[in-house]
Amino acid sequence: MGKTLAEKVWDEHVVRSAEGEPDLLYIDLHLIHEVTSPQAFDGLRLAGRRVRRPDLTLATEDHNVPTLDWDKPIADPVSKTQVDTLRKNAAEFGVRLHPLGDVEQGIVHVVGPQLGLTQPGMTIVCGDSHTSTHGAFGAIAFGIGTSEVEHVLATQTLMQAKPKTMAVTINGSLPAGVTAKDMVLTLITHTGTGGGQGYIVEYRGQAIEELSMEGRMTVCNMSIEWGAKAGLIAPDQTTFDYIEGKPEAPKGADWDAAVAHWKTLVTDPDATFDEEIVLDASVMTPFVTWGTNPGQGVALGGVVPTPAEFAEEQDRIAAEKALEYMGLEAGTPMRAVKVDTVFVGSCTNGRIEDLRLAASIIEGHHVDPDTRLLVVPGSVRVRMQAEAEGLHEIFIAAGAEWRGAGCSMCLGMNPDQLTPGERSASTSNRNFEGRQGKGGRTHLVSVPVAAATAIRGTLSSPADLEA
Amino acid sequence: MEKFTSHTGVAVPLKRSNVDTDQIIPAVYLKRVTRSGFEDGLFSAWRSDPDFVLNKPEYVGASVLVAGPDFGTGSSREHAVWALQNYGFKAVISSRFADIFRGNSGKAGLLAAQVDEKVVQRIWDYLDEHPGATVTVDLESRTVKAGEGPEAIVDSFDIDDYTRWRLLEGLDDVGITLSHSEVISEFETTRPSWKPVTQH
Ligand code: SF4
Repeated sequence: MGKTLAEKVWDEHVVRSAEGEPDLLYIDLHLIHEVTSPQAFDGLRLAGRRVRRPDLTLATEDHNVPTLDWDKPIADPVSKTQVDTLRKNAAEFGVRLHPLGDVEQGIVHVVGPQLGLTQPGMTIVCGDSHTSTHGAFGAIAFGIGTSEVEHVLATQTLMQAKPKTMAVTINGSLPAGVTAKDMVLTLITHTGTGGGQGYIVEYRGQAIEELSMEGRMTVCNMSIEWGAKAGLIAPDQTTFDYIEGKPEAPKGADWDAAVAHWKTLVTDPDATFDEEIVLDASVMTPFVTWGTNPGQGVALGGVVPTPAEFAEEQDRIAAEKALEYMGLEAGTPMRAVKVDTVFVGSCTNGRIEDLRLAASIIEGHHVDPDTRLLVVPGSVRVRMQAEAEGLHEIFIAAGAEWRGAGCSMCLGMNPDQLTPGERSASTSNRNFEGRQGKGGRTHLVSVPVAAATAIRGTLSSPADLEA
Repeated sequence: MEKFTSHTGVAVPLKRSNVDTDQIIPAVYLKRVTRSGFEDGLFSAWRSDPDFVLNKPEYVGASVLVAGPDFGTGSSREHAVWALQNYGFKAVISSRFADIFRGNSGKAGLLAAQVDEKVVQRIWDYLDEHPGATVTVDLESRTVKAGEGPEAIVDSFDIDDYTRWRLLEGLDDVGITLSHSEVISEFETTRPSWKPVTQH
């Protein structure tokens, strides 16, 4: 019987397997940031161990870094300690680090792909749940805990039980103006936040094949939001074209050998999945969340749901609590919801393609006077590319704030935060209570919806700008 | 991690059930960047009370905690185990542990000895009569022991074979994997030349 893509990649990395024990899996690339690594390094130190493969390890600063005044010392003492500790650890253990101010600094999941370090058929881990982003290249990529970070540092392997496999097939083509973000938000509302629990998910079908690498990363990024262990997409010409010429991409004969191997990384026709979901992209529309988990979503053209509509009691209770926290009345049209802050950025939608899309919508318009728009590139390279293209001038002319690279308002860990009760439309991936700052209210949206919302001050799509 | 065979130490009765990891170590302590020094946060909400059992002079230097059922519930933070160890605890005795806490304990070298609820009660009664007395937790024979002579409390505790083996051998996860380092090295020789590296 044939194998699925995930099984092929998995099997290529099994160092050791024994009856009744999890597999010992080799890790091709270990990404590190300042929040989840300090105790892992301290654990090595306490045990007198070293990093086995510094040459397969890369560190960057992202979660805690300010996106303004990044040339000044970090003001928050906890953030500063974490960043300083990473710098000290990287130096002591010989790990390559891209610190604040470095041209390759940025969100760890933006930096890996743009350096060409993320390639098909790899195993990639990081002490961060959105490591699933890298699955867009046909890699098995997932988040790990701090003690596992220590394990990978010391051994370059992980003990892992083989997950089950699932196929999510998205047929048809996305209508104009509907993006990868709408696709994945629709999927999560369809499955619920636990629908992917225990699975490595392969996204496939025409609509997936038609996505750019940026779009594929957006989809894989949010795999974790419906509970999946990892999400991946078979590499194809789009993937190869994206990687070719990147700084760490294979060159010459190595390139040919790599591509020849990458082309074998597809699910065999006779392989079977443990579970399958099929969706139709052609009926998808701009999609936004109304609640406090990513599965509480609705079409932008819809209304805030009435809790009584939910069949399951736990969903009803969750909806009631969410509406209270979000300060929303059931039945309110989503388009009537007024937004205080719009955030364009994060590892979900902070890449150059996202900024180009936002700029194309915002050009010639002005941000609503009661709304602020924060545009935060995912990496310094993205910022430089955007500035080379003049995108920043479009944002600034429209009244937006143009920031330095980092996780920024994706999570309330750095100075970019919502105040209690403040409402955002955010291109990030999590709308949990307090995620963007204590008491903050988050609506997850696509880049076009974010841009149009910034201009109109209420949740909107670009089509509303013409009306 | 240190090998654990048998331990005898001053035992503290913690007469509470459902002690969750937030009570063991509150979230504010999680911002630290080290794995040591968490003893100051251990049970910090209770320690401000001078009558709290750990504040009593007879329990200075305690190393065995005898707690009520459902110890270690709540968030999966490994810091809870570190805080207990940093304080000096080598073993926790309870009639029921939360799964994740028990898993984290075994990995970090803290013995979680699960005994019958009646045994906890008998040890508590014994400690009430003899504050500051020691209790022995013997991993080899899987027994807890308190007191001497005909009145002595001796009973067995439950621990799974795998965790017991790791504790007896003093093996953490990394140690176990490093025992396969030849297989890892062999695997590395098969790595294709086109796979990326971060340092050249
Ligand atoms: S941008 Fe958000 S989701 Fe992505 S790594 Fe940073 S904090 Fe995590």
